[in-house]
Parts: sequence; structure tokens; C-alpha cells
Amino acid sequence: MDLQHSDAVVFMGSNMAECHPVGFKWPMKAKARGATLIHVDPRFTRTSAMCDYYVPMRSGTDIVFLGALINYVITNNKYLEEYVKEFTNAATLINEGFKDTDDPGQDGFFSGYNPQTRAYERTTWQYQTDQAPVRVPEAPPGQTPEVREGQERPPSPLPGVGARPGQLGAGTIVGANFAELIANRLPGTPKVDKALQDKNSVFQILKRHYARYTPEMVEKICGTPKDLFLKVAETITANSGKDKTTAFVYAVGWTQHTTGVQLIRTAGILQALLGNIGRPGGGIMALRGHATIQGCTDIATLYNIHPGYLNTPNANANHDTLRDYILTETQPTSFWSNTPAYVISQLRAWFGDAGTPENDYLYDTLPKITADHSHLPIFVEMAEGKIKGMIVTGQNPATSINSSFQRKAMRNLDWMVVLDSYETETAAFWRDVVYNDVDGKRVSPKDIKTEIFFLPAAHIAEKDGSMTQTQRTVQWHDKAADPPGDARSDLFFWYDLGKRLKRRYASSTAPRDLAIRHMTLDYDPAPADVAEWKHKDEPSAFKIFTEINGFDWKTKAPLNSFASLTADGNTACGAWIYTGMLQVVQGQMVNRARMTPGKNDGWVSPNWGWAWPGNRHQLYNRASADAAGNPWSPRKKFTYWDAAARTWKNDSGEGIDFVLTKAPDAAANPRGIGVAFHSGAAPFLLKTDGKAWLFAPTGTSDGPLPTHYEPWESPVKNLLYKQDQNPITKIWNVEGNKYNEFAGNEFPTVITTYRLTEHHLSGVMSRWLPWLAELMPELFVEMSPEFAAEKGITNGEYVTVSSSRGKTHARALVTKRLRPFNLDGKVVHQVGMPWHWGYMGISTGDIANNTTALVADPNVSIHEGKAFTCKIEKGKV
Amino acid sequence: MTENARGMFVDTSVCTGCKACQVACKQWNEIEPGAGPIPMTDEKAVVEHRAFTGDSYDNTGHLNAYDWRHVKFIEQIGPDRSTSDRTGARWLMMSDSCKHCEQAGCLEVCPTGALYRTQFGSVDIHQDVCIGCRYCVGACPFGVIEFNKNTGRVNKCILCQDRLEQGMSTACAKACPTSSLTYGKVDDLKRMAADRVRALHARGQTDAYIYGWDLGNSGTITAGPNKNAAVKDMEVVGGLNVFYLLMDKPEVYSLPSAPSLPQRNFAPSAGVSLISAAVLGVTGLAAFRRRRMTDAAVTAD
Repeated sequence: MDLQHSDAVVFMGSNMAECHPVGFKWPMKAKARGATLIHVDPRFTRTSAMCDYYVPMRSGTDIVFLGALINYVITNNKYLEEYVKEFTNAATLINEGFKDTDDPGQDGFFSGYNPQTRAYERTTWQYQTDQAPVRVPEAPPGQTPEVREGQERPPSPLPGVGARPGQLGAGTIVGANFAELIANRLPGTPKVDKALQDKNSVFQILKRHYARYTPEMVEKICGTPKDLFLKVAETITANSGKDKTTAFVYAVGWTQHTTGVQLIRTAGILQALLGNIGRPGGGIMALRGHATIQGCTDIATLYNIHPGYLNTPNANANHDTLRDYILTETQPTSFWSNTPAYVISQLRAWFGDAGTPENDYLYDTLPKITADHSHLPIFVEMAEGKIKGMIVTGQNPATSINSSFQRKAMRNLDWMVVLDSYETETAAFWRDVVYNDVDGKRVSPKDIKTEIFFLPAAHIAEKDGSMTQTQRTVQWHDKAADPPGDARSDLFFWYDLGKRLKRRYASSTAPRDLAIRHMTLDYDPAPADVAEWKHKDEPSAFKIFTEINGFDWKTKAPLNSFASLTADGNTACGAWIYTGMLQVVQGQMVNRARMTPGKNDGWVSPNWGWAWPGNRHQLYNRASADAAGNPWSPRKKFTYWDAAARTWKNDSGEGIDFVLTKAPDAAANPRGIGVAFHSGAAPFLLKTDGKAWLFAPTGTSDGPLPTHYEPWESPVKNLLYKQDQNPITKIWNVEGNKYNEFAGNEFPTVITTYRLTEHHLSGVMSRWLPWLAELMPELFVEMSPEFAAEKGITNGEYVTVSSSRGKTHARALVTKRLRPFNLDGKVVHQVGMPWHWGYMGISTGDIANNTTALVADPNVSIHEGKAFTCKIEKGKV
Repeated sequence: MTENARGMFVDTSVCTGCKACQVACKQWNEIEPGAGPIPMTDEKAVVEHRAFTGDSYDNTGHLNAYDWRHVKFIEQIGPDRSTSDRTGARWLMMSDSCKHCEQAGCLEVCPTGALYRTQFGSVDIHQDVCIGCRYCVGACPFGVIEFNKNTGRVNKCILCQDRLEQGMSTACAKACPTSSLTYGKVDDLKRMAADRVRALHARGQTDAYIYGWDLGNSGTITAGPNKNAAVKDMEVVGGLNVFYLLMDKPEVYSLPSAPSLPQRNFAPSAGVSLISAAVLGVTGLAAFRRRRMTDAAVTAD
């Protein structure tokens, strides 16, 4: 909704009008007010049609484009100087041993690269700091004063737990004073050069790093005409500064690359230089893929995070005991210094009274991850026969990346459970409808041993629950009708499974079963709360919602702020980021139908949509005031310091993302824990120095600064560096996942996959609906008339799209909305193909992902479906 | 036009072509999805009926008895792919339906009164009075109304008469995410349209003009094959209660630039016919009279 306040909006890596059509009304409001809209994309889409400028760009070259904008902003002094000096780490000095990609002999690598491990060692990327405070000796873990005096430890209340240190639940946090332990880990204060002149300052490193990212280079690598690139540069700099703000909007067009994380960071650097973070109409809008995928990330479908962005215990980290875990995970100098309270409150919520300090709140019963267990490596392991069973819900892997590989892998399963509203391609992968498999042969159901259980699932309107949408706002919905027949909510399934497991292991004495035996599972609704017409066997989603919000363990009273959470077991909370939502959401349940943001609820909609954390819709909004706490301009007034009242204020009802009474001129305290370590001019309170990181000493595995590498499969070599691809790209050299030759001749065409308004994801919620299926009845591949003429292809005829993994048949949609790219004299064609189709449903078609590869970004293991290479042939080959 | 007339303002300059209006229309009006005459249980037939057209993103083709609303997609991209600003490449989209004309050809020719003017100024169909004569099909200058082979009657957009009676807006306007479709009192909508045209002109988009009513705007097309051509507001068949803000000549959107009702051409010939009929009638009566006299004579015998 904040996009309505932007003076310019750049859509890049996003096709917002098509894929987020409802939210698109906000940038359209900005446009009606006079804002300039720009779309940067390989295809002219329905978003381009709504924009003032359409800027073509070859898939996978975004870092060159954005890096050149950074270069333009720095060399033309277009950055917001006070913001950059005070609010970013531009002035911070980096270790003298740091070597950049352009330094002699580096050839596109940063310092610290180890070719044996294909990984970076990050010592040289660190800040120069003053001497850290001297550490005092600490008492050994788990040694309470009583134990130190030689007494026996109290017996554990649970059998098999806490008998001896090192065993399950050793009581390592008994007597631990986390404030003292954290204070004992404080680092030195980072050294700075406020003049930004030191050659080791982030600003100077940044300036050198992007010096070769020029408009000419953009033209040669991205294929974007130079004058058009300059038009973008002029537009965003003219619409940034004290009185104006520019927003960037992205979606998976930025993430799904082997450089995805760095790509988004490039935009972060640019927006920080322009002073566009934490201010109305600014920021970087990450459009999530569907209704509550933000909630899925928060509560937490990813293997490596627990709810509220707490890292999953990892066997390869110092996570052996609860004390180790907490001290490893707690950042002493950021808001994350509160981690002990979040971790222990979460364990309290999960295990109830069974968890005690003496048994480390049953921390040791949690499974630890040992490696990358994300989607792609799981299917590689499945192909190797290491995985016996799978439960699939809200997923359709049979049409996912390198889909024939994934379908073949599923044949190795003994059993599979699919919860869905329709019999998806995954549920039906064993059927005789599957063709075009890895070995090019049809597969007979006789040869597939997997036993499949299909469970009918409820649709959204058939269940209660909350959704967290793309702006982190939480909204509750009551069910409108019961699902038909045996269909039940996903919640019912997991709750029922949990209860069955608890019954199964009730009498087990094995330590490994302790988690199941002691997890709290008490979400049965009070009978009086279930309306007459509703199914009686569904668990109460609202009880779970209350647990996520958090409550006082003794009084059971809901908590209103994460500041109330404690590390002593007196509070229970499923996910600290959501604490406080209950009070607003309960009001919503009554009033939301009568509320309209901008009319009877402020434009930030504090009551219509509660945003985590603490109802803060605009993260880091202290940055909407200058260093002294005054609004940057009357027009962009948002959060500001009221000197008379000695407090931060925001007139729109927005939650203030800062310590409320910390004055803008408050000095940093080198002995302060958490945000007390920062000064009053440090808005980015989740960072260890309170600054926006132009240079990232930690957090990214593939470099402290974004650098252009070609996609793993590209028709052209890297013009900027000797190193062509991201050197630590995750790759899987396994059967059925052959890569196309880099810059080879067999697969010369760039391809990107995408979505349409008319369908959703793999089509399970749209291809089964005749009203939607008729609007886009068949798979197609978009190509330029020039390319079609070269291949002798006419509009509407079938073509074959192939890669080293497989092939896909699709109709040709020949349109001038696509164009050839002239890259330094070489003409490169790009095509695009939606990935909504499969062999089930009303509207069926080939699977676009037959052609994609298992290859991933090193930070987050996202695939590269947005930029790879292919071959296009006329007819069905 | 009554003061109470309700209608819609269709602002094509903000249409994103999402087709939510098409789906909302079919859902509210319970139109057999997909195929009309083909039963939905025959999934294969549905797919074959609704084949990929290759015509931009339009796969439903035109308004008919089963598609009461239809989004048009018009790609205007020059061979040089000039993209220096919005005038170089355009993709026009327009959500089309029955215009609920002030002088509605369909209504005027309907022999049974099945087509009637509602209290909202729109044109609805009494399905139980329609005899399927199809006069209206030929009388519509926009090709909106069509014969439904399933029912033997005609269908078209009825401006969600049942919703309007309950004080609600049309289903399509409610579903529209960008306010390209706005439902309301026609008088209010005209004011809104005039404001919108002025705002677009102020932004340099001088292409904008109103199709349906003459609100006094004129402009110049800035892009596409008709670049630099003059356009101005046009009143169409006495005014359209569902009217449009267009960005190019009407023909580009497959709309007639000077539509007229076929029956208007019939007026002179109808006069001739009447005179002929009168003469024939008198002659006939005379003949009949002579025969009666003969008959009477016979009876007298």
C-alpha cells in the first residue's frame, strides 16, 4: 500500500500487473498522482503496458544493470549524503587484507576463496574495529552454584533426560546469566572515516567495485539500449532525495538465479545510497508468490529456520547444547541480542511444563540438520534411494524443476501421501499418462512400486485461519462452508497425525521419542465455540494462533509485545515476530468488513492489517527522519523525534521501529548490549552496527559485494571478469541432470519461465477450473517474429523446446513483445514459457520444467528457472 | 435517459487485461463455463472448443451468448521496437460488453417485448418471453447479442439486473482490481470520465477520449499506426450507458466509428410498404366485398 506514495516505481524481476493484479492498484494510484512507472524485463508484459517506460534486458544480467545504476549514483554525486554517511556502513573501514574482484590476480574472485572446498573464508571481509573488551572467564556450562559446591544435581523430571552433562537435556542453562554472557562477547567498535575518503572505507571499495559497470557495459551485456538505461538512471535519481522517494518492486524474477541473493542485495545497496529505505514510498517491495507464502516462511516451512527466523539447530554448528545454541545464535550488538528469550519461550510453547531449565527445555530432543535439506538436494537423495517416504502438501514436484528427474526420483519411494484438492500430477505420477521421462520411455504403472495415499484437502474458504501476505500483514478469515465429504483442512491432517504419533509412542522410554511424547498438542476447540453446522473434528486454528502470539505461562494472558518475552520460562510464544497480533486481529474479526485503509483506518492500516513485528508496516522507519530526528522533508514526514516529549512519534498510527525514547543524538555505548551498542542515528536495528550494509561482512557466502556472473547456462561469456559463473554455485552432477554447455552452440537461445494472470503456480488451483482454463487453454512459448522467421515457425504451430534435461512441446506465440538482443555484436534470442501446465486437470499440456536444471544459488538453494538456455525446433520433435 | 440511469465507465487506460471481469461475470450469472453448447462434463470437448488462438492473450474471441464480457488485446509495437517512452510500444486492453444503448436496436426490433428497458436504464431480457426470432441479433450495431443454441433464446450482458435490484454494483466492476470498470449513476460517471480524460491529457496522453457520449474532449493519438490522427469524444446511438475511455480510433477496438441502427434505414421503405399495404388492403377488401355479395346472392337462392 505504501507504493501509492512513491514518486517513481521500478518493476524489475516482477510482472506485478499479471502476477499480483490486486496489489497493482497501489502503484496505479501513484501513477494517477503523477508518479513514473518503469518496467525492466526481457518481455513486454501486461505490466509494461501500464508503465511509462519499458526497458528490455536479457534474463540474468540484472546485477550489471543495477550495478551500473550504483556507479551512476556515485559518480554523479546523486546519493543522499547525510543518509549514506549516518545510516549506512559507507564510512566503515574494512580489513586491509580484503581483495576485490578487480584487484590484480583476482579475476572475478574475492579474497578468501578456497578452490578445494569451493567456498569463501570471510576473515578479510570483516570490519576494522577498536580493541574488543577483554573477556572474563566464565563458569562452565550447567554448573549451578550448588553443583560447584559438589552437590548432586537435582534429578531430571523426565526419564532419560539430563542424567549427565552431554546427555539429553544436561541443564546447561541452569544459572546462566545471559546478559552477562552476551556482554562478555561484545566486539570492538567498528572504525570509520566519516569523510568517506579512506581507501579501505566501504564507500571507496564500492566505488571501485562498480567502476566498470557503465552504460556501455549495460548495452553490451544486458542488451539494453544505452539511452534507455540513462533514462532509468535519470528518472530514479530525480525521484529520490529528501523530498522524493523511489520504490523497487521484485518477485521471483530476481530470486530464481544462481546469483539471486546478491541480485537483491544490489538493489538494497542502490536504495540505501539513494536514501530510499525506511521511508514512505521507498523501499524494496518483495512480492511473494501466493497468498500466505510470507506466513509459510515465518512459521516455518523452510528446513533451516524455526518459526520467527531462529536457525534450526545444526550438527555442523556449535549447537550441541541449548547454551551453545543460544550463545552461537545471539548477536551481542543487534536486536537479536534478545534471542535467548525468543528461543526459550518457543521451547516453552512446544513442550509446556515438560521442559525445565534442568533438562534444557528439551532442546536436545529437536532434530539437528546436517546439510542442505532443501527441495533440490532432497530429490537428489530420493533419486539415490535414500528417502523412503514423502508427504506432499501444497506442492507439485512432478512439475517442478527438472521435472522428469523429480518424477523418476519419486519412483524410488515406498510410500507417498498427497494432500490436495485435486489429483495433481504428483499424486498421479505413477499413471500411464506420464511421458517424455528421463530415458525417453513411457513408464508402466507396473514398474512403479510407490504406494500412494491421496487425501482430499479443503480449499481456503473451507477453513479458519490467518494469512500473512506480502506486506507482512496478518489477516484472519473464518471458514464460509465445510469442505465436502472427507476433505479436511491441512491443519486437521497434521494435528491428527500428531495425536496418533503421541498415542503410538506413549509408553516408549527411548530418548528419541521424548519430543513426540512431550510436545504440547492441545488444540481441540471448546465444543461451545464450534458452530452447529461445522465439522466437529477440526482443531481450533485460533488456539494455535494464540500460541504463536504468545502468552504468560502462569496466567495464560496473551502478550501484546515481544518485549514482554523472557528467557526464564515464564512466557510461551510460537514465534516472537507475531507477538501482539492477537489484540489487533481480534478487533479485525469484528470490524474488518467495515474498515477501509485510507478511509476509516489510516493509510498504513494499523487496524485493518497488523504487520509484524509490532505493527510496523515500514521496517526501519526511524530512517524516515534525518540524523537529528527531523523529517527529511514535510512531504515525506513519517516517523520523527519529538524533542519536547523526548519520544519518537508517527502520526499515522504506525509502529515505531526503534527504541521509543532513544534520542537521535544518543551516543553509542561500546559496553551496551544489543541496540544499546548503537547510537541514536542507527535505524537498522537488526544489523550488528545498526547501519544499512552496503558491504556485507557476513550473511552471504558468495561475496561481500554483488558481482555479475553469467547464469550457469548462458549463450555468452562474462564480459566483466575472467570468471564466467558464480564460483560457488550449487551444482548436482548426477544422472538425468546434465548441464548445457556454457556459451556452447547446441543450446543458443535464452529462455525464462513465468506465470500468467489466468493460472496459478503449477495450475492446481486454476487448470481444474473451466472458467480459468478457457482463458489460457494451452501451453505456449513466446518468441520474437525475427526468431520465428529464422526458424521458419508460424504463429500458433507446435514447437519443441529442449535442453540437456528434456523437452517440452508448446504452441508458438509469435509477438513483437519479445525482441532479439544485440550483445556486443552478437545477436542472442530470448524466449519465454509459462510453467502452469501438466498432464492432469481440464487444461492439460507439457511441463515447462522438463527443460530446467537442478542448479542453485549458494546462499539459499533457489534454482535458476528464470535464466537458462535451450534449443527451439519447429514441430513436435 | 432517466436521471436514475445506471451504467459503467470503462477506462481502458488502466485495464491490465487480467480478465477477472470475465470470470466474475460467468460466476455471478452462472454461465456454463467454457463452452456454452458443449456440456462441461465432456472435458475434452471443452478444451477443443476453447483452443489456443495465437491472438495475443485473447482466447475467447468475441462477445457471444456465453461470453457476456470479453477483454480485447491489441498489440501495437512498431518494427523498430522503439521503447524510448510509452509511445513506442503499446499493448491496449479493453473489457467489452453490451453498451446498454440509449437507442437500443435490439430492443426496438424485439417483437415480443422480451428485451425491455429496466428501471436502471439498462436493457434486460425476459428469457420466458423471448421466442428466439433473432431479429435483435441483426439489429445490434456492436455484435453483442447472440442466439443461445442451448436455450433457443438470446443472451447478452444484462448489467447484473438482480444485483442492481439489491443495490449492489455489477459483478465485473466489483472484481476489477484497477478500477478500469466503474459502476454508478451515468451522470456521475460522465463527470468522472471527463476528469480522467483531462488528467491523462495533462500527463501528455492526449490519445484519451470518450466513446459513447460527447463530453467535449478532443486529442491526438500519440502512438501506433494512427499516430498523430485527431480524435474527439463521440456520442454513439443516442449515448451509451456503458461507455469507454479509448486511446486509439474506435476501429482499433473493433468498435464502429459511426454506428447506426438498421431499422433507421427502414423508415422510408417502411412508408412505401405501408402505402402499398393500404392499396393492397383496399383492393383486397373490395374483392372480398364482391365475393360476399356473390355469397349472399347464393344464400338468397
